Amino acid sequence: MNRFFGFVKKEFQHIFRDVRTLVILFGLPIVMIILFGFVVTTEIRDVEVGIWDRSMDQASIRATQKIFSSGYFVPAGYLQNEEEIGELFRSGRAKVVVVFEEGFERNLQREKRAAIKLITDASDANSAQLSLTYLQGVLMTYFQSMNMDMEVPWSVNMKSRMFYNEELKGVYMFVPGLMALILMLISALMTSVTITREKEFGTMELLLASPLKPREIILGKVTPYVLLSFVNAMTIVLLGFLVFGVPVVGSLWLLMLECILYIILALSLGVLISTNAKTQQMAMFMSMLGLMLPTILLSGFIFPIDNMPKVLQWFSTLMPARWFIVVVKNIMLKGTGFTYIWKETLIMLGMTLFFILASVKRFKIRLN
Amino acid sequence: MVDQEHIIEVKEMVKKFGSFTANDRLTFHVEKGEIFGFLGANGAGKTTAIRILCGLSYPTSGEIMVAGHDVYREREKIKQKIGYMSQKFSLYEDLTVSENIRLYAGIYGLGRKQIASREEQLLERLGLWHIRNRLIREIPLGWKQKLAFSVAIFHQPAIVFLDEPTGGVDPVARRQFWEMIHDATEEGITVFVTTHYMDEAEYCDRVSIMVDGRIDALDTPALLKQQFESKNMNEVFLKLARR
Repeated sequence: MNRFFGFVKKEFQHIFRDVRTLVILFGLPIVMIILFGFVVTTEIRDVEVGIWDRSMDQASIRATQKIFSSGYFVPAGYLQNEEEIGELFRSGRAKVVVVFEEGFERNLQREKRAAIKLITDASDANSAQLSLTYLQGVLMTYFQSMNMDMEVPWSVNMKSRMFYNEELKGVYMFVPGLMALILMLISALMTSVTITREKEFGTMELLLASPLKPREIILGKVTPYVLLSFVNAMTIVLLGFLVFGVPVVGSLWLLMLECILYIILALSLGVLISTNAKTQQMAMFMSMLGLMLPTILLSGFIFPIDNMPKVLQWFSTLMPARWFIVVVKNIMLKGTGFTYIWKETLIMLGMTLFFILASVKRFKIRLN
Repeated sequence: MVDQEHIIEVKEMVKKFGSFTANDRLTFHVEKGEIFGFLGANGAGKTTAIRILCGLSYPTSGEIMVAGHDVYREREKIKQKIGYMSQKFSLYEDLTVSENIRLYAGIYGLGRKQIASREEQLLERLGLWHIRNRLIREIPLGWKQKLAFSVAIFHQPAIVFLDEPTGGVDPVARRQFWEMIHDATEEGITVFVTTHYMDEAEYCDRVSIMVDGRIDALDTPALLKQQFESKNMNEVFLKLARR
């Protein structure tokens, strides 16, 4: 047992003496979460809106005021004719233009219906869609609140609520996704690199020729990373809470356990990569290309899985991160218990076992 | 059945990689306390053989006993009794001299007190006591080589396997290194060393010369020179290779 602790201590020394490792281990998660939290967001703020009011009556002016007092939009100018719309979009001064038809108030009162046209610059399709949704929301609430005997310009009376994330906060989505990504990156990348480094420097031969058993060597190498990755996972949760107010509605203990399972899963994947890679570069390349990109693209972190082509949907089931994200969202945002995530947990457990067995098999082939 | 004097006994050892035969029916023994030279050109199969004897790889067939233990069934016991030094003088570059020694000593199960006293002794003798807290990456190659060897025999193994231990160092350092090897045999350690420097063969008690996976000659350097009517081992080797 003493031999083993000596070996683990040495691994910690490797980590704490290498600045690059430290930066990746502790700097990266913090930078990533703050970057993603602040920059990449699905909220809209200060969207420039142009107004082409062809009636200039009381109803249209009130509606305009309502738009700009909502907090989401800022005025980009008042237009006089249709040509100016294109001009405004091309110059980039506005993302949305709202057009009130001629005789807006009159139509509203006499015919019980009036038209508002919303035009967006859809060259950025996502934010165009978002702005539109927000605008419709603002206008609809306004017309409904006018306790007049008139109908809303839209004949459908809809009401929507965003459960678990009422304000549609982007960070709520990103915290579980980032956790999956960062833990995968650190656990798998770092272990595969540290194990191949021993191979490259020839120290692995010495260890294998020593009384240490292969499983002791691997266990000794990954133990520090289990601990450090776990610290990282908790840092992300804490940062999400303190900086962005992302809550942990469900059980913190369950969340911790699931994190540990996912970390071990990623580590075993890292070990498998290391049995196939000869050099550190190779290991890094395999981890980056084979894990990072698919995790970002296919796990549902950024792009919804339901919108993917069938083939990619099928591929995404192979992504460990996909299941972990579901688990984390369930625990953190919905507060569900184990009964709702046992399936995902089982899948992750199965994957872990598979990777460990595959590594052992690869290792034996190498000895022969 | 195992001769007490034969610390390594190899009979008909074969190692194949697919259709390529790296070791072709090697049969030899190593006597206790001798320096056994394992010579041959690059790619002759030396490293393959040494890896099998150290338990780093399995043979395809053959009967092999190392320090009285079978390489198929008793690898763990063998590993306790051997030391191994690879051609890269592998030590951890980001650990200090002292940390490397303590790490390997710990892996071989030495106690704390034992390690401390032996470490001091060793570093005093090598004249490296003053750099014990320097990182390995900061010390010259010659020192690294001596240290790698000292680490390999720190736990006083029965046999130490040296895989091309003199590559890349200057002649003076090589000379000193062979003196260290001699000192080790005086402590009762058997030395199994591979090299492709033929002049180093003169330092060995017995040498075997490998060509294309086979052992073509095996005897003391003096008898080999006589047998091949050569002035030095280099000539012996060239004659063997041309045959």
